[in-house]
Amino acid sequence: MNMELSRRQFLAATGAGFAGTALGAFGFGEVETAHAEAIRAFKLVNTTETRNTCPYCSVACGIIMYSKGDLRKGEQAEIIHIEGDSDHPTNRGTLCPKGSALLNFVKAETRLKYPMVRRPGSDKFERIGWEEALDRIARLMKDDRDGNFVQKNNDGVTVNRWTTTGFLAASATTNETAFVTYKVVRSAGMLVFDNQARV
Amino acid sequence: MTNSWTDIKNTDLVVIMGGNAAEAHPCGFKWVTEAKANRGARLIVVDPRFTRSASVADVYAPIRQGSDIAFLLGVMNYCIQNDKVQWDYVKAFTNAAYIVKDGFAYKDGLFTGYDETKRDYDKSSWDYVIGDDGYATVDDTLTHPRCVWNLLKAHVSVYTPETVERICGTPKEKFLKVAEMISECSTPTKTMTSMYALGWTQHSKGSQNIRSMAMLQLILGNIGVRGGGMNALRGHSNIQGLTDVGLMSNLLPGYMTLPTEKEVDFDSYMSTRGFKPLRPNQMSYWQNYKKFFVSFLKAMWGPAATPENHFAYDWLPKLDVPSYDVLRAFELMNQGKMTGYICQGFNPLLAAPNRTKLTASLSKLKFLVTMDPLDTETSRFWENHGEFNDVDPSQIQTEVFQLPSTCFAEDEGSLTNSGRWLQWHWPGGTPPGEAKTDNWIMAQIYVRLRDLYRKEGGAFPDPIVNLDWSYGDPGEPTAEELAKEINGRAYATVYDPSDPTKVVAEAGKLVPSFAALRDDGSTSSGCWIYAGCFNENGNNMARRDTSDPDETGAYSKWAFSWPVNRRILYNRASADLKGKAWDPSRKLIEWDGQKWSGYDVPDIAPTAKPSDVGPFIMNPEGVSRLFVRGMMRDGPFPAHYEPFESPVTNFVAPNVRGNPAARVFAGDFAQFAEPASQEFPYAATSYRLTEHFHYWTKHVWVNAVLQPEFFVEISEELAKERGIVKGGWVRVWSKRGSIKAKAVVTKRIKPLICDGKPVHVVGIPLHWGFTGAAKKGFGPNSLTPFVGDANIETPEYKAFLVNIEPIAGPVA
Amino acid sequence: MFPPVPNPTTQLKSPKFGEHDLIRRSASTVTPPAQRQSEVAKLIDVSKCIGCKACQTACIEWNDTHPEVGVNTGIYENPHDLTPDMFTLMRFTEWENPETNNLEWLIRKDGCMHCEDPGCLKACPAPGAIVQYSNGIVDFVHENCIGCGYCIKGCPFNIPRISEVDHTAYKCTLCSDRVAVGQGPACAKACPTQAIVFGTKEEMKQHAQGRITDLKSRGFANAGLYDPPGVGGTHVMYVLHHADKPEIYAGLPSNPRISPVVEAWKGVTKYAGLAVIGLAAATGFMHYLVAGPNRVSQGDEEAAERLAGEERRP
Repeated sequence: MNMELSRRQFLAATGAGFAGTALGAFGFGEVETAHAEAIRAFKLVNTTETRNTCPYCSVACGIIMYSKGDLRKGEQAEIIHIEGDSDHPTNRGTLCPKGSALLNFVKAETRLKYPMVRRPGSDKFERIGWEEALDRIARLMKDDRDGNFVQKNNDGVTVNRWTTTGFLAASATTNETAFVTYKVVRSAGMLVFDNQARV
Repeated sequence: MTNSWTDIKNTDLVVIMGGNAAEAHPCGFKWVTEAKANRGARLIVVDPRFTRSASVADVYAPIRQGSDIAFLLGVMNYCIQNDKVQWDYVKAFTNAAYIVKDGFAYKDGLFTGYDETKRDYDKSSWDYVIGDDGYATVDDTLTHPRCVWNLLKAHVSVYTPETVERICGTPKEKFLKVAEMISECSTPTKTMTSMYALGWTQHSKGSQNIRSMAMLQLILGNIGVRGGGMNALRGHSNIQGLTDVGLMSNLLPGYMTLPTEKEVDFDSYMSTRGFKPLRPNQMSYWQNYKKFFVSFLKAMWGPAATPENHFAYDWLPKLDVPSYDVLRAFELMNQGKMTGYICQGFNPLLAAPNRTKLTASLSKLKFLVTMDPLDTETSRFWENHGEFNDVDPSQIQTEVFQLPSTCFAEDEGSLTNSGRWLQWHWPGGTPPGEAKTDNWIMAQIYVRLRDLYRKEGGAFPDPIVNLDWSYGDPGEPTAEELAKEINGRAYATVYDPSDPTKVVAEAGKLVPSFAALRDDGSTSSGCWIYAGCFNENGNNMARRDTSDPDETGAYSKWAFSWPVNRRILYNRASADLKGKAWDPSRKLIEWDGQKWSGYDVPDIAPTAKPSDVGPFIMNPEGVSRLFVRGMMRDGPFPAHYEPFESPVTNFVAPNVRGNPAARVFAGDFAQFAEPASQEFPYAATSYRLTEHFHYWTKHVWVNAVLQPEFFVEISEELAKERGIVKGGWVRVWSKRGSIKAKAVVTKRIKPLICDGKPVHVVGIPLHWGFTGAAKKGFGPNSLTPFVGDANIETPEYKAFLVNIEPIAGPVA
Repeated sequence: MFPPVPNPTTQLKSPKFGEHDLIRRSASTVTPPAQRQSEVAKLIDVSKCIGCKACQTACIEWNDTHPEVGVNTGIYENPHDLTPDMFTLMRFTEWENPETNNLEWLIRKDGCMHCEDPGCLKACPAPGAIVQYSNGIVDFVHENCIGCGYCIKGCPFNIPRISEVDHTAYKCTLCSDRVAVGQGPACAKACPTQAIVFGTKEEMKQHAQGRITDLKSRGFANAGLYDPPGVGGTHVMYVLHHADKPEIYAGLPSNPRISPVVEAWKGVTKYAGLAVIGLAAATGFMHYLVAGPNRVSQGDEEAAERLAGEERRP
């Protein structure tokens, strides 16, 4: 369990919290019994918890991801379950029909795994290595910029703009990605630049 | 949002109009149900469809899409006519008393200064009378015929309940019920919250839709108070952040603006951003613009940004048009004026309007790069998918790179929600295959580009080769490094100007907040409004303290809220002119004779006297604006305009088509259906369903189970008229395209009677495409017009014209 | 706010109920525990439900079921009915209230009601295929199920469904695995508006009263709790705005009762039934089965086991 997650103050702090509720007061005896035959073994036992936020809408519900393996220990980690974080002030553990199915976004069959290229006129994607793809993209960008960069407008004013290659930024990347993207795009002089706020 | 999701529990009345919170934001909607259950709050839903939000509303009022301004100005008129105004608030905190220039007028749907050929206004008369003292002239008695209040009163007087019914199709008694409930929130102890989203923005007058409600909220005294506010629900998880950080054509981070080519140098740029106060004693916070701007330039170019080169001002590109937004981008592409396009987590082939045009445009590119965790239609625009993407790959010469990125579960960093909370998240899973983080991909592209320029030279390499890139691993900056850069740091020790012995930030340290930023190059900050998010106290976005004194819903120690951890914007307006809460039960901050304090970070200088300094510190007036001067392209007041494709002509201004100030590209105008078209008689609208999220969840089989297949929704009456049966196949077409869908025939959509004639609504959800786990289908963007809002170019997705007919289904 | 369901534990915990707590076992006699556990209940407040189907998603994800991607047939119900892979389903009804002329979109989460007097269990001829714990949860034990479908006939709510894959009956377990470690059901945790809450039955009844008072203040004079006495009350209850007309909510029975056929048969000698069904599956033999004591002797149990064992052998 990560450090952040262990700070379960929320339910205690709200007074009417968990401790005083039904779930704590079922009157279950302390009798140690084997699992009844009908009852499944609890599937989250010995998994690793990681706190995250839902990537869909802008309510930004808190979620907990349960994985086999722990990234923080340098292990491979496979997420096996995701559910709402009851300690989160906004969603209090709840999730909508999209958020509740996040596991199958992470594990969707159509997750992209390898860089692909589609050559001009081709009817298919082919695998390409990262190095080759990135080298090619940088070359295409530079050639276009060198060919079409406008340093001064007709009035002789310095404008330093490049409008023949554009960039559409995302809607769900982090602020940190946003800023590194901003630096790369603007330093190149790009003006054709937008995000998904409008659609 | 001016407020936050958790604050909604404090409200007395929720108005959901221009949105559908229960479906699009279910877990935020929880706070509506809490307000209802615990405070007895009421919920009003105004929508063309009886949505799932409407299913739990106390009052539902139907409205024709694209007529919201008429409705809202009608409510405003009702409040003014019935003296349901929070007068003390209006007089003290709005510009109601400001005298407007004599030249300004509104007639036949147009404001003064319209130029039809330019589709634009000369806005010089849209301003206050400025006195000899340099300040705006006011009449606190509100008797001057040219004061904002009296102009507003006259402007809205045409929107009577009868007129509203004729334009909107809202039955008069429903409208009056809504108006009455809203007007009750004009007392200081009752408050209303407005929850809206793309139902208001995706119109050619989207900005004015929102302004209308903001003005109404000001008249009722509901801005800056707990349980009140203008709450933009927003679509995606970090679209607030992407906009805050300025990833738009004309923006710099923190809502500063990119120079235009008219601003030939640093001084001319700054000369229009001085923001001198328009009334005595006002803060006019943008007076600090230069500090934020220089600090931004330092974050970009570090040591290369010097006083001598005006902090590299010239290295910023200069605009020749208002913006190169996504619509202009596709227009340029279609004209063959673009070479390359890079789409990071954005699927424009389904998201932008007029898909035929989009495909033609992308086909003219030399190269396209996409970066996504999931497969997208855009990256496969060249691939034939039968009727769902009927293209000939051999005719498309675009070179396409599809780059796999990690998803939320595998990366680290912060997202900003619609309540302005920056929340940090941690990775918990190993990425699939060779997927890489977006930071890595962007850095790898940059480093290659920089190295090519270093090696080969080329067109003006300076801004590229001098970009500050001092990360531990230049090939992959960490989220933490970037967060610190966004926050900002001091290059030299910064002192308090009022007490030079007091250190505000030590050299080399992170700045505590934007108050420490300077305009001499001694500080940097990537995005000034985020300053404080990661300072010497640590990563404040990672805070997870759930304490909430007196259960106000502020949660001030949970994550970080911009600006300076403030949870409710304009919160000084929650108190009267003496600094006492309008509603003691909803106290937020109060003046104790010396300073402001309370549950939130005051949105005013802590020692600013309540009678002197107005609550709207970002405005040079110090007050809010019922009349917005020349700051909106389409008018200082909202006015009713029909959508560009409308089933009726404009009732209040018959000669005006669409929004007269909206930009329309030449070829696109010819592709609009005529008003009251016989060929396209039905009013269509697009929307999301609660089971899906945009074009993402069709890749998630569980969500595909819940809503498997594309459909359109129509009324029983229209079904009968056109011979359409429940679950049968239909063809829907507009002047720009045609789609096939299943038909859902429902009582939840009813014909609206507008000016005596029935208007049938066709509802078109937007979640289907040709990739993923759900059935292949179409989206509304095959049909929608290529025109955006006059101010910010949001496409008019919510109101357009179609025809519909039953068809035989595909042969199985 | 009703206290949220807490986050799950990842530690190994002893289950809070089990074999000792059985109060009923199909076609068998059990010795009930000396002390009954607090009865639990799920309360579904239809007036707060926004029909988002988060309960369906959470149910699929938690129970690892795999319903098929279907088609649209002009309605919002997907899948179109309960299935062996979809234990709960939002049912949508567009109802025009004749008193107000307003449209009401009634959305009811359908699924097992966990009856106090469970018709499925009483109809079940397979020993131990259906059990009821003292906290009220009615659960299916798949290794004991013979797929005869009598549970469907016995259910006054038409809930269980037989899988074509393993030929056994499926329905909501009330997330017995979660409740066993002190958790609430997955649907109750996920529900965005807390239209689904979970706790002791007494607490749920109290909570319902608060909701009913609120609804009455909004003009729903007949708002009330659905806890039908015909099945001894249920461990899944509804708050309805129109409790006088449960049937408008997609056919919720106004007075659900166990079929008289099943009631007549409740004392059947189960092993015989098992044998018969094994030989001639679900041929309506229930009618022939003779009423007798609802007890099974040790010898009978052994005989049943023997017969069943033989039947199961290929």
